[in-house]
Amino acid sequence: MAYPTNYRYTKEHEWITVDGGVGTIGITDYAQNSLGDIVYVDVPKVGDTLTANQTFGSVESVKAVSDLYSPVSGEVVEVNELLKTEPDKINAAPHDTFIIKVKLSDAAEWDALLDAAAYEKFVTEETGN
Amino acid sequence: MRYLPKSPAEREQMLAAIGAHAIDELFASIPAVYRLQRDLDIPRQQAESEIIGYFKAAGQKNATDYASFLGAGAYRHHRPVVIDAMVQRGEFLTSYTPYQAEITQGTLQAIFEFQTMIAELTGMDVANASMYDGSTGAAEAVLMAARITGRHKTVVARSVHPEYREVLATYLRFREMPVSEVGYVAATGRVDLAALEAAVTEETAAVLIQSPNFFGTIEDVAAIAEIAHRKGALLIVTIAEAVSLGVVKPPVEADIVAMEAQSFGVALSYGGPFCGVLATKEQYLRQIPGRLAGQTVDANGYRGFVLTLSTREQHIRREKATSNICTNQALVALMATIFLTVYGKEGIRELAEHNLAKAHYTAKALAAAPGAKLLFEGAPRFHEFVLKTDELPEAWQKRLFDEKIVGGVDLGRWYPELAGATLWCTTEVVTREQIDTAAKTLAAVPVEA
Repeated sequence: MAYPTNYRYTKEHEWITVDGGVGTIGITDYAQNSLGDIVYVDVPKVGDTLTANQTFGSVESVKAVSDLYSPVSGEVVEVNELLKTEPDKINAAPHDTFIIKVKLSDAAEWDALLDAAAYEKFVTEETGN
Repeated sequence: MRYLPKSPAEREQMLAAIGAHAIDELFASIPAVYRLQRDLDIPRQQAESEIIGYFKAAGQKNATDYASFLGAGAYRHHRPVVIDAMVQRGEFLTSYTPYQAEITQGTLQAIFEFQTMIAELTGMDVANASMYDGSTGAAEAVLMAARITGRHKTVVARSVHPEYREVLATYLRFREMPVSEVGYVAATGRVDLAALEAAVTEETAAVLIQSPNFFGTIEDVAAIAEIAHRKGALLIVTIAEAVSLGVVKPPVEADIVAMEAQSFGVALSYGGPFCGVLATKEQYLRQIPGRLAGQTVDANGYRGFVLTLSTREQHIRREKATSNICTNQALVALMATIFLTVYGKEGIRELAEHNLAKAHYTAKALAAAPGAKLLFEGAPRFHEFVLKTDELPEAWQKRLFDEKIVGGVDLGRWYPELAGATLWCTTEVVTREQIDTAAKTLAAVPVEA
């Protein structure tokens, strides 16, 4: 699956796209594929403050529970309520299924993130393929 | 599995295999000064017949034929003989905890049935596979409430079992989670609601109460839940006497129930093992510590059982696990499961009514003694009550011992303000004759010359 070129990525396998100062965050195709069937997503509350590179929740598959790391700092403005009942949407469409939306407190953090090409290279190196 | 000691020849063989000359060489990394240079100072070995004789003699020191009015968190109930016959079956006894979980379907099914019965009894949606005991269950419930609320302060009622409160303090000390205590109303022994209202704040993760409480009094759980929930705190109700659920309304207003299930067919055994229970509402399922058995269907469509949500346990999630509880009291929980199955819904209710009636009969009979009166009369209670006597407890306790009766326990040990007041319990195993003898003996206050 192609990694959208208008998104940015973390080495912890989250993606983010920003529109009007609000970042939309999800996990990558590589992440969902490694985790397997996702059964539960633990998300923060609207209004919670996040710090870049800190955990903001977790995603649970039948194999493991993995922490979610925020690509940016800011305030949570929306959580994807659909994931409460249909967490497997992440497996089906990882790059179109957001987990949370965050109002960025420092727009410069975007620049430190990986672009699609750099992330793809990182994943290739990590998997050795 | 055989437990045979090694012969000297076998030791030589093992040393030769690893290239060592003497056992001392294996401890060479420990400086000589710290090594014991002599044999342990213990008695010589004994023959099997001598060991049996030793334990028979020691066993005769036990006071076995006394009537007991002790309760306070450990209760003497009749244990149907089928319990020990069942739990001693090799299939249950040797695989007492499911390390290779899915192979031991029978164990998982028993745990699943235990969870189901506990959830029904406590009025909660889900119960785990059991905890060490009631006190650790209560402490784990507080940690769970802190995870759910993101807060770290706890308010505990002083009417919670004093030893449960000590265990909680031990759990919380190094997590730097502050605990504050709320007193009881002198007339009823119930939680002081005004003091509770003042103690609970927006930083409170959990309010912990016990009902029936340590004095045997049934708390107003709904009113306490209201106070806790108004500030966004969770209410944890702990129950030391599980049999009370046969007549007392389950604490459905609670968010978490942490219970001691010893009364369900578990022998007192000088203080353990007991059987803790943790039950909660479905929305908190993923924050439950310990293990959880679930029901599923296999590839052929047959019913089967699995350990579920174990992705949050420490063998998978390491330091990020929900809790560091990595076992449960499977065999002891099995005793409780068999007990509940033998008694059934009606049986548990009858048992509880029996206990209730006998305790109220005892309370009335004892309070008739000169200089004796009941405390905390202003609230409903189950099978424990507090008695205050003009005479010092040591005096009448001695008279009761002579009649082969163990009377109530002095509350001054935990509550200085209640020194001389004693906590009594009557269960179904105490006979009416023993109750009458206790009352008569208590009333026989020596006349001063």
